[in-house]
Amino acid sequence: MADTTRQVGMSEMATGKTHDYHILPPDIVPLVTTIGAFTFTSGMVLYMHQMAGGKWVPALGLALLIAAMFTWFGKIVSEAKAGDHTPVVQLHQRYGMILFIASEVMFFVGWFWAFFDFSLFPSTIAKSIGGQWPPKSMEAVLDAFDLPLLNTLILLCSGTTVTWAHHCLIHGDREGLKKGLWATILLGMLFTSLQAFEYAHAPFAFGQNTYGSAFYMATGFHGFHVIVGTIFLAVCLVRAYRGDFTPKQHFGFEAAAWYWHFVDVVWLFLYVCIYVWGNWGFAVD
Amino acid sequence: MATIASEFQAHGAGDAHAHDDHHEHKPSFFARWFMSTNHKDIGTLYLIFAIMAGIIGGAISGLMRAELAHPGIQYLGHIANFLGIKDASFDQQLHLWNVLITAHGLIMVFFMVMPAMIGGFGNWFVPIMIGAPDMAFPRMNNISFWLTVAGFCSLMLSAFVPGGTGNGAGIGWTAYAPLSTSGSQGPAVDFAIFSLHLAGAGSIMGAINFITTIFNMRAPGMTLHKMPLFVWSVLVTAFLLLLALPVLAAAITMLITDRNFHTTFFDPAGGGDPILFQHLFWFFGHPEVYIMILPGFGIISQIISTFSKKPVFGYLGMAYAMVAIGVVGFVVWAHHMYTTGLSEDVKMYFTTATMVIAVPTGIKIFSWIATMWGGSISFKSPMVWAIGFIFLFTVGGVTGVELANGGLDDNLQDTYYVVAHFHYVLSLGAVTALFAGFYYWFPKMSGRWHSEFLAHLHFWVFFVGVNMLFFPMHFLGQQGMPRRMPDYTPALAYWNHFASVGYMVMASSMVIFFVNIAYAFIAGKKAEGNYWGEGATTLEWTLSSPPPFHQFETLPVISDSDHH
Repeated sequence: MADTTRQVGMSEMATGKTHDYHILPPDIVPLVTTIGAFTFTSGMVLYMHQMAGGKWVPALGLALLIAAMFTWFGKIVSEAKAGDHTPVVQLHQRYGMILFIASEVMFFVGWFWAFFDFSLFPSTIAKSIGGQWPPKSMEAVLDAFDLPLLNTLILLCSGTTVTWAHHCLIHGDREGLKKGLWATILLGMLFTSLQAFEYAHAPFAFGQNTYGSAFYMATGFHGFHVIVGTIFLAVCLVRAYRGDFTPKQHFGFEAAAWYWHFVDVVWLFLYVCIYVWGNWGFAVD
Repeated sequence: MATIASEFQAHGAGDAHAHDDHHEHKPSFFARWFMSTNHKDIGTLYLIFAIMAGIIGGAISGLMRAELAHPGIQYLGHIANFLGIKDASFDQQLHLWNVLITAHGLIMVFFMVMPAMIGGFGNWFVPIMIGAPDMAFPRMNNISFWLTVAGFCSLMLSAFVPGGTGNGAGIGWTAYAPLSTSGSQGPAVDFAIFSLHLAGAGSIMGAINFITTIFNMRAPGMTLHKMPLFVWSVLVTAFLLLLALPVLAAAITMLITDRNFHTTFFDPAGGGDPILFQHLFWFFGHPEVYIMILPGFGIISQIISTFSKKPVFGYLGMAYAMVAIGVVGFVVWAHHMYTTGLSEDVKMYFTTATMVIAVPTGIKIFSWIATMWGGSISFKSPMVWAIGFIFLFTVGGVTGVELANGGLDDNLQDTYYVVAHFHYVLSLGAVTALFAGFYYWFPKMSGRWHSEFLAHLHFWVFFVGVNMLFFPMHFLGQQGMPRRMPDYTPALAYWNHFASVGYMVMASSMVIFFVNIAYAFIAGKKAEGNYWGEGATTLEWTLSSPPPFHQFETLPVISDSDHH
């Protein structure tokens, strides 16, 4: 019943590895990152309950978290330069990034689920909702074909500029790479600024009813992801100025671009579902 | 037949190098255990952590069984006193009960079964079984572990701060709104929620790590259809974690904002929907129960095959049955919500979909039996535990098929029948699989033999204890005893008392377990590379016990001499 015969090439006594995988030395950064995360979440509890340390503990935790992540990602960049990122290790990173984005998609599924629950089955027992969507008590909503449409075009445009940067990188045009990244980052910042402007002038509040809750939390988490993506691209820009990335190996850039496209696609769903469909036929501000 | 390799010469590989590890350069104590990037060390950390969390979670269930041993409320006041609340009021005592059941559930799910199955055995044996030198992301592997610890610390912290009627989070492991929102003021619940954020982030990173490792780091010749079933089980589990946990993260983030920032996701006064939380929670929660049991399926498959000295019967069917369970597991969640007012049509759909899961599960049960059929069975301790698993899990599976029926569940929802059901599949299923895996691999991991006698004794005492503990809960449930209550009518006293005696029997089996571990480290004889002999064919048996600090520095080649 011998199905297969294993021929195990045993050379464990040999000193060096003969495979292309990346075996890492011990590292304190994951523990430090964890302490930062734990300090941040615990500090947030103190902050939310107005307890002692509620101001500085979350700030300290966040600072530690950011510092640890900066160190961590810096190490990855150094390792890439040192040649540790063999083709198979780069493949790992591709898988890792795709899977991370898949988990992010599922995170947004949760927020869309809440939005569709509220909008498809608007509450009939809450007077402020009155069985309709947008809720009865709302006097106005944001005009989907005003700033949100502009923001949609800005994000779509930034999707093309990041592709421009990528093509320049692949063809060895370093100046084009920088220009494309600059354009993408500026468009990202413009998007975030316009969102902030919309938030500041929106005719409905964050709390009090499901419209504000679903709108601000869904678009807010998207906005947070835009900021993260912009930082990711800015890091790539700095690396571009420092001479990092080759036409053949530039996964840091590709990961940032993938993330940016993900953020872009989430926005399209938000725009179509929440701004256009969700506000359909309602008085605009 | 496309199975994993079966012909293997025990002396071929690892034993010849059994002394390698003595010459290896290992990091200093602090670097090795606090800065680890080694999958085996991280697996060991996970196992130690899971055992410690299991002691705490198990002790809490001891308090619960003590309270339930007699009608009336006996001990809650004393426990509250012990935790620093003098002269606890009746409401405070009931709140403490909620805190106990919450802590027991969360600890056992997130900090015992998951870390032991996936973090512990998964980390230890997935890379070895596919012929890889380590995980794909060794540093991320480390933070997955520490985030689990941080989550546990956050949960423990919650016990000492106000959570409504008393200290601690008394929201149930399901954290249903509005009990978890307006029903529980105070920071305890926020600590408990963030505990899940932290542990969840760690688990998502672990899932990314396992999927990448299994897809990209298989040794030459180790095709997907030759992978050991334990690796398949962890692969499916990792996908469930990756896709289910972020939805929980969104749901509990809504709890945080409802509690602290005036959103109304679950507050009907603002148009919110408490049932929405149940949907989001169980969209995660149902895959979660498969996350807990699938790695157990994988362990049992390895063990049954090893001690029957046969390849697993229907290898491909076994692998794809797990895939099917994983996929269908995402579309059955509302069978946890039959009494929330779902329409009849929706109940019929969820009843049907849920019962479909019995098909792939049945494939697994019958294939294990068929693997044993005609095999040359040796009843070593892991095999005894594995056979016990098949029996106990099948009992829980059968009551699961009953509870899948929306009409029947209208009566049994939130009774002890449900408690009996999920303890049969988890405490008696997943945990039995953990002990089976532990005795199977302990000498491999430690290099020392446990006592097979004590391992058998542990099994029999455990088996008797857990059946005494949980089987009467079927009767209690049918008589209408509700879950999560510290008191009950005297009519239910007999079987409650019986169950509490069963707890003592089970607890004494745990003493045997710890004595056995102590024996192994003090007096256990050294384990060979392949101590189970000819039936043990996966790659970990080609290595010394314990394996070298870095195995497979030259990748093994798995050749295929078989073409059906």
